[in-house]
Amino acid sequence: MTRAVPWIAGAAALLLLPFVYREAYPLHIIVLILIWSFAYTSWSIMGCFGLTSLGHGGFMGIGAYVTALLWNYLHVSPWLGIWVAMLAAAAAAVLVGYPCFRMRITGHYFALLTLALSAIVLQVVTATRDITGGSLGYTPERYHGGSSLYAVQFIDKETWYLIALGVWAGGLAIRYAVGRSMLRYALEAIAEDEDAASAAGVHVTREKLKITLLSAMMTAFAGALYCQYQMFISPDTVSGVSVSLQMVFAAVVGGLYVPLGPTVGAAITILMAETLRISFGTGAVGWDNLVYGTLLVLFIIFLPQGLLGSVQERLSARR
Amino acid sequence: MFGMFDIYLLEALLSGLLLGGVFALLALGLNLVFGVIDVVWICYAELIMLGMYGMYFLYVTYHLPFLLAALICIGGVGVLGVALHLLVIQPLLGTAPINQLLATGGVLFFLQSAATVLFGIDFRNLGIRLPVLDFAGMYISYARLLAFAAALAGMVALYLFLARSYTGAAIRAIAQDRQIMPLMGVDTRRIYLITSLIGGALAGLASCLLVLQYDVQPFVGLTFGPITFLICVLGGLGNMLGGFLAAFLFAEIISVSGLYLDQEWGYVFGFAVFVVLMFIRPQGLLARRS
Repeated sequence: MTRAVPWIAGAAALLLLPFVYREAYPLHIIVLILIWSFAYTSWSIMGCFGLTSLGHGGFMGIGAYVTALLWNYLHVSPWLGIWVAMLAAAAAAVLVGYPCFRMRITGHYFALLTLALSAIVLQVVTATRDITGGSLGYTPERYHGGSSLYAVQFIDKETWYLIALGVWAGGLAIRYAVGRSMLRYALEAIAEDEDAASAAGVHVTREKLKITLLSAMMTAFAGALYCQYQMFISPDTVSGVSVSLQMVFAAVVGGLYVPLGPTVGAAITILMAETLRISFGTGAVGWDNLVYGTLLVLFIIFLPQGLLGSVQERLSARR
Repeated sequence: MFGMFDIYLLEALLSGLLLGGVFALLALGLNLVFGVIDVVWICYAELIMLGMYGMYFLYVTYHLPFLLAALICIGGVGVLGVALHLLVIQPLLGTAPINQLLATGGVLFFLQSAATVLFGIDFRNLGIRLPVLDFAGMYISYARLLAFAAALAGMVALYLFLARSYTGAAIRAIAQDRQIMPLMGVDTRRIYLITSLIGGALAGLASCLLVLQYDVQPFVGLTFGPITFLICVLGGLGNMLGGFLAAFLFAEIISVSGLYLDQEWGYVFGFAVFVVLMFIRPQGLLARRS
């Protein structure tokens, strides 16, 4: 019972935060961190089994654009649109994932093949510029110029904070559930040795497809949420190879194998980018990614467990 | 009516062929490095971007003759390749292959933003306007023709080096069996360094040719980076002949569908064909069925 106390206190503190602390800018940053944490967590639930996908930028783009396009052109509420977007992402995941898993494409090949998906989504969005606005970006229409539950548009930061917090917690819960399921044992066995797992009765293709579908749909959800929050998307911020790499990096920097790793990664990378942006102003263009790229290389060489992963390892070793 | 149509199609096919030469050169360096060291340089296109900046500064700012600037560039990017290997790849050789891929992804971000910080995001070009050849009613870009010829020359030179020299034989041997070669008295570290040097130099050669067709800017690598990876995968990573064929296949798809639709749709179509082909031949175009 006493072990639960810090958890409950932490949850309560997180829930009450926007009502005590009402500064708009820090809340905005926290919301962004929560949304991206959810996206990075979505990537990591398959990434931690050695399935390094570089296609998640594609899933995120599908999530964001499908939802926004349905809203603007067909006036479909995001409540429904998000589901359609997630199904579209799932279809894309099957289209790329099934042949990969069936033909036993792993490692480098898998990463580069899924990279094609990110590139395709980016090119399609750019090519259909008459509909999607191309590289200039796209804005969902404001619903009667204000907040609306029907349109999932809210002006105040507090609401968004609570939504993002809920979604983020949901992401962690899914990761936790996967960690306790049979799926995890199957996938760990597959990551160890695909042939042996198959011989032991694991349906390799099906199990991999399951986690890929889950991960892709969560990522699409993150894209839709990001779009609803920012009310502006562009191909470079929600799709493409850079976004995919960004997901991998944040997860690796935070710690791929620990549940809160992607969250720590998101906090580090977003806070760093914002700090640099504020302190250097427009002169900071490029500096954040410069530090980011350097950190990433250093982390992979010296701290492959990630920041949180290494800290937790030290702590548990001391005990 | 049909005559007009045919000549446009022929022109698209021909310019696709020329584009294919450049793609083949791009894929060649990456394939060589992958085949020998078993590492994918995700930042390969960014090395080319740096080479293009090198060309710009040597040619425009320091007024060096084009050929001299090109030679310096080829050497310079070759050295960058060696530096990449020593600083990033070597410490990671024993770890999971995906780590090497991700680390070079970090280098990609680093190089892109270093270029942004150093050179700004302006588009620059050499200001060389090569003439357009009028050949039997078709317009052929001279820059592409030159690129095609140089790419072919580079490939032949590499082929001769790999086929005829002792070092080349060692490189091919390592690509076939990584474990056994140290036992045969081949210094793997040295071979890796030479391979990185050649891989970088090929990127340098590509940058000299691409700078004639593209404006330089920090993100120029994204315009031909992804396609290079797809070509390599389609050809079978490390399979140079497969990469060669895949490059021409891709270039023709992009060029011909660009004739009927927008350029972007050419790429979309190319990617789609790629995904379909991966269904049919997952280990690359020329892979033998196991």
